[in-house]
Amino acid sequence: MIRFRNALALIAVFAATNASSAAEQSIVLASTTSVEASGLLATILPQFTTKTGITVNVVAQGTGKAIDTARRGDADLLLVHDPEAEQQFMNEGHGSTRRQIAWNDFIIVGPSADPAHVKGGNDSVAALKAIATSQAPFVSRGDKSGTNAAELRLWKIAGQTPDLLIKEKWYRDIGGGMGQALNAASAMDAYTLSDRGTWLSFNNKGSLIVAIDGDPRLLNRYDVIELDPQKHAGAKLAAAKVFADWLVSPEGQQAIGAYQVSGQKLFNPSAGSPK
Amino acid sequence: MQAIPNLPYVAVGTDARRCFLAYVETPFLLDCHRVSDFLDIVGLSISVSLMATAIAAAVSLPIGAALAIFPFRGRRLFVVLINAFLGLPPVVVGLALYLALSRSGPLGSLALLFTPTAMVIGQTILAVPIITALVHRASERAWARYGDELTSDGATRLQAVPQILMIIRAELVTAVLAGFGRTVSEVGAVILVGGNIRGLTRTMTTTIALQTSQGDLSLALALGAVLVGISISISATVFALAGRARTAGSDEV
Repeated sequence: MIRFRNALALIAVFAATNASSAAEQSIVLASTTSVEASGLLATILPQFTTKTGITVNVVAQGTGKAIDTARRGDADLLLVHDPEAEQQFMNEGHGSTRRQIAWNDFIIVGPSADPAHVKGGNDSVAALKAIATSQAPFVSRGDKSGTNAAELRLWKIAGQTPDLLIKEKWYRDIGGGMGQALNAASAMDAYTLSDRGTWLSFNNKGSLIVAIDGDPRLLNRYDVIELDPQKHAGAKLAAAKVFADWLVSPEGQQAIGAYQVSGQKLFNPSAGSPK
Repeated sequence: MQAIPNLPYVAVGTDARRCFLAYVETPFLLDCHRVSDFLDIVGLSISVSLMATAIAAAVSLPIGAALAIFPFRGRRLFVVLINAFLGLPPVVVGLALYLALSRSGPLGSLALLFTPTAMVIGQTILAVPIITALVHRASERAWARYGDELTSDGATRLQAVPQILMIIRAELVTAVLAGFGRTVSEVGAVILVGGNIRGLTRTMTTTIALQTSQGDLSLALALGAVLVGISISISATVFALAGRARTAGSDEV
């Protein structure tokens, strides 16, 4: 019986530890992997929590899944980067306000050997055409994330049909997050589209280099969306609003702009002048 | 479990209360945020898995023994089902639980999604078939051997349940440890219903998945080694405690 008593005592201690942490005010933020994996949220959230006492619990998913999480009512606030999917979410009446907080850009990365000969350019569409023509391996997220949506839009401009692309041998739909896609591209010497934040903080680049950047079509906008009080009565909308307001406030914008990885700014605050 | 700066471990601000831990020297976790994060993650993994294993054991031990002792219609089917559930994919359990606990799901009003409690529930569901099946198998053998003896002096079958469990107590340790092994090592269910929230629902397995996705393969592997080490330590400790308890028990007899 001794071991049962020991086990019970152990469990009681753990239960007490867990309970004490649940008392404070907290919201669930459904967000994209890029703002979490880049380290941005980990850096700015403590500043917000210190000021307001509100803990922000980040569930990092692809934009498609994050929006779906909010639609189901499992999040209190949304921070995502797919203008078309966001518009649809607003049209369905799930969102009340949508505000841009920052922007950065997408880049096309690829193997330094550069089999498609696209390195150094800034025309993303021409680069995709060259990749398709040379049948160089290309990794697609394939996960309905914001980056995946941006990638498919670019392929369409390049004259390709997404449904036909997935049948191509060189087009590899991995159905995973940005980091997984970069890992796969690194392992397969493939090209892929990445957001700059995840790329800069990614630690397994291998022979991957930035092949294309600076194309206006590669703009990547991050919006915070508050939920509609009628459709989402159960959500902690007041606390969520405090955080959304903070993100667009001078203080929040300053915190976003100050975040750097290896000397490079990852996100450009843009609440004052949305792109 | 406060939110604190985390991956990629950018040192912003300090927290004296937590950062005394920076003096804890570990080979691959060098600054204080890493260490305190690391302790949060390990602590949560162990507490969630222990809790789930304890609940699963409380349910599975009597059921496993009763299945061997009480004959009833459909018992065979029940046992087959329990054994089939040994192969329950964690991600399926996670998804079903996610849909049930979602605010738009049937249990949404409990507001349990993305909490440690949801992870405990998911892991309990995964551990119950394993512990039940192992306890049932051991109980069946013990019942075949001691069944007549246990009920000969007018004792009921119900009274035989604790007696059988006592007879197979060595096997119980294995059964419960198998359940713990299942819970502490799985990632599919906890990442879905927990959400991998830093400081709240981030366990060792979800951290390994996250670090792999950030390209921190060596750190992910190191954490994997720690996970294996902890599993082994806990198994060894339980075996040692169980061995001592048995010796003490036989002394009293």
